[in-house]
Amino acid sequence: MSVMKRLSGIVQAKTNKLLDKAEDPRESLDLSYQKQLESLQKVRRSVADVTTAKKRIELQASQLQQQADKLQGQAKAALTQGNEDLAREALSRRTTLADQLADLKTQHDQVSAQEQKLIDTAQKLQAQVDAFRTKKETMKATYTAAEAQTKIGEAVSGISESMSDAGMSMQRAQDKIDGMQARAGAMDELLASGALTDLANPVDDIQAQLNKASTTSAVDAELAALKAEVGTGAPPPAQLEPAEPEGGPS
Amino acid sequence: MIVRILGEGQYSIPDDQRDALESWDATVAKAVDSGDEEAFGPALAALVAEVRRIGEPLADDTFAPSDLVVPFPDASLAETRGLLADSTDPAGADDR
Repeated sequence: MSVMKRLSGIVQAKTNKLLDKAEDPRESLDLSYQKQLESLQKVRRSVADVTTAKKRIELQASQLQQQADKLQGQAKAALTQGNEDLAREALSRRTTLADQLADLKTQHDQVSAQEQKLIDTAQKLQAQVDAFRTKKETMKATYTAAEAQTKIGEAVSGISESMSDAGMSMQRAQDKIDGMQARAGAMDELLASGALTDLANPVDDIQAQLNKASTTSAVDAELAALKAEVGTGAPPPAQLEPAEPEGGPS
Repeated sequence: MIVRILGEGQYSIPDDQRDALESWDATVAKAVDSGDEEAFGPALAALVAEVRRIGEPLADDTFAPSDLVVPFPDASLAETRGLLADSTDPAGADDR
């Protein structure tokens, strides 16, 4: 059976729930208008929820990016010290973070798309509600009771359908961000619990090794200088032993 | 007749275009019923494009219920099935 017909029936059923049965059809115009205003409020709140979800993802991404940049710097520092293994370790951790960042980027794009759609929905509904406010007064003034019955009924059904549509769009956005919220929550917990600090702690093990290496070479240099000062027939201290010849890059 | 694209708005379409529109719809329905993910996306896109092509967007101050409703243009097959299952009448689904 036709998808459009089936869907039309479903939307109609949702819309019927929004309709009030008023004795006077003119009264139903005012009742409907109240519902429209409430509906607009809901859409606006929904936009705010999606924006909050987006901001949260942005914050996490910037935290991860900082850690990734730091690991990049550490890899460079390790290479400067000639410690290729340590550089490799830093880069491999950075790759893990890069994967998570890519995932966040995808989520961010999806949330942004939902946000834009809801903003459009809110604008469209706002325009219709504004138009309805004007039109309902005209309808009250011009229609005879008999006309009012059908014409007002149709107008109220029409705008109620727009509210159903907006409701379905909100539900859709909510469903999409619910899944992401769960993942964002897990990521927040990871960041807070320190499980990620293995990867990028401010004083992580990579930094510790780098610090140790630079301390060692500073001590070596001072020792050499001291030997020169004492000058007891020790070999010239200007330079440290060069690296093993066979240890060069291939 | 009036056709609504969910999340987008309503279009006024000449009644004599109904058959043409329903043949586009049939392709979508076939993909939905057979669960053909690959066929679904292009079929829905074609239906949406056709409504936009032959339809005249309804002005904001024109209020009328729709005769036909098209799913969200970027809906997935699963989402569309969910929408269609969102009926309190379970008889319709298995009515073949």
